[in-house]
Amino acid sequence: MSHPQQRKQQMSVLDRLQRYLPQLVVAPPFLLLVFFVYGFIAWTGIISLTNSRMLPTFDVQGIQQYVRLLAMDRWNVAFDNLLIFGSLYILFSITIGCVLAVLLDQRIRAEGALRTIYLYPMAISFIVTGTAWKWILNPSLGIESYMQKLGWESFQFDWIVNRDMAIYVVVIAAVWQASGFVMALFLSALRTVDEDIIRAAHLDGASTTRIYFGIILPSLRPVFLSAFVILAHLSIKSFDLVVALTNGGPGYSSTLPANFMYEMAFRRNQIGLGAASAMMMLATVAAIIVPYLYSELRAKRHG
Amino acid sequence: MAEPKTLPGANGKRHLLGRLFIWTLLLAAAVLYLGPIYVVLSTSLKDLAEIRAGALLDLPHELNFTAWREAWSSACIGVRCEGLRPYFLNSVIMSVPSVAISTLIGALSGYALSLFRFRGANIIFALMLFGCFIPFQIVILPMAQTLGFLGVANSITGLIVVHTIYGISFTTLFFRNYYVSVPQELVRAATMDGAGFFRIFWHIMLPLSVPIIVVSVIWQFTQVWNEFLFGASFTSGGSQPVTVALNNLINSTTSVKQYNVDMAAALIAAAPTLVVYIIAGRFFVRGLTAGAVKG
Repeated sequence: MSHPQQRKQQMSVLDRLQRYLPQLVVAPPFLLLVFFVYGFIAWTGIISLTNSRMLPTFDVQGIQQYVRLLAMDRWNVAFDNLLIFGSLYILFSITIGCVLAVLLDQRIRAEGALRTIYLYPMAISFIVTGTAWKWILNPSLGIESYMQKLGWESFQFDWIVNRDMAIYVVVIAAVWQASGFVMALFLSALRTVDEDIIRAAHLDGASTTRIYFGIILPSLRPVFLSAFVILAHLSIKSFDLVVALTNGGPGYSSTLPANFMYEMAFRRNQIGLGAASAMMMLATVAAIIVPYLYSELRAKRHG
Repeated sequence: MAEPKTLPGANGKRHLLGRLFIWTLLLAAAVLYLGPIYVVLSTSLKDLAEIRAGALLDLPHELNFTAWREAWSSACIGVRCEGLRPYFLNSVIMSVPSVAISTLIGALSGYALSLFRFRGANIIFALMLFGCFIPFQIVILPMAQTLGFLGVANSITGLIVVHTIYGISFTTLFFRNYYVSVPQELVRAATMDGAGFFRIFWHIMLPLSVPIIVVSVIWQFTQVWNEFLFGASFTSGGSQPVTVALNNLINSTTSVKQYNVDMAAALIAAAPTLVVYIIAGRFFVRGLTAGAVKG
């Protein structure tokens, strides 16, 4: 009597295991991320509340590291640089990327080759990009001296060693690297625009320019938003490019928050301060990403 | 239909001028994008005397590969004068397992999250998605301690662990968004036939997944190969990846600057991802835009 019942119970255990298999498979990577992303955020948060110098401690003191941070010239320079760099980087990358995409959309025969050329910088590392631009823009042997030797003797382009201009050099290299990516985003969206609407507008006598500004570009609003969000979060994370291009200099005139954090945590034994600056970076990213993800995921569920 | 799209009402001459304008802009842009790589390549082939003469944009007088040889096998980085080669190999050893493991995990969890809509699946996905965007400065201090605790501080193994973990967010995103478009009936029918979770994955999903596997592998490889922050924070000396070694070479101030060696080293460090891009650019673009055309 008991034998078949036991077997039935065994079956149901296996059945249940089978039913919960998806959860069981997701659980390990999910727990890894909970620990290594959210746990580490909390961990860094705690360090930022301590007086940690060379080694992290867990002796919570309060928010004095944040107070120190906000009063530091170096941090304020880094944050102002982020605002300058971020806005110019986003503005120019989107403008150039969008113009290139619209031009490429005009039935260009060599489109494939041109697209490959515009996008290749995205495949190489920021360190290589920084190295290349540092060489091109160095005043003694780079483009400045080349132009002067060609006979344009008043030509000056010394931004990379100029305290007030060095951050704009970072903008140039970063736009060079990212604008092709924005072009690819826009081009793939342009390909989904309904041809019939364009044809109808043509028949009504609208010019190509008006069709683009009046109909096509406004319909690409979601792409502008995506491009903005991606570029904004990339600008906050920017670190390597500055390291290779200007190393934050001259002085600390071209540091970004990410460089500030690294400098404090690994070079100056100011781990508590480094942790506080990392929390500020995270807050800046979250202010942009969380509303975006929230609206995207909500729209998907209802759509 | 075969007629090219001429604007109705526009006369031929205006059309021609318009095309000329478009082509001028496109070609000018192409020159600007290619400029830096041309300068780097031509500098790497010149000798130092020619470089000091200051003809930045000129072609090299003759092709001279000495700088390449030196960058690869004898340039001094720190105290070691073995060129970029050992660090290049470090990056290879680091990339292969981190790419393979994170892609496999991403495929499995993306499959579970998309085709088995269990309760909380969307929240789990949202929490994982946020992991794609965090600035990694937020994790390096705890990670440095954890790597020490695990006994893999200052090692390639440590970097493999780090890259695998933080790659999972991206690979899960790729596979989940890919599998969402697979009709659920397919899975339901297979379940009716008695196929289990892993059999469906192995026999039905994986054969459908070749394009997204390629996207994931290329994306992860590019990310891991080009990464700098983790390498600079967690390794020193002989266990550094190629990006960190390149930066040390460029910024070393001990000897006479050999610009041609620097440029050759930059190209050597960039070569693997550039080659992948040229061979499989289509998939690279899909990986880049997957983050934007999310879901």
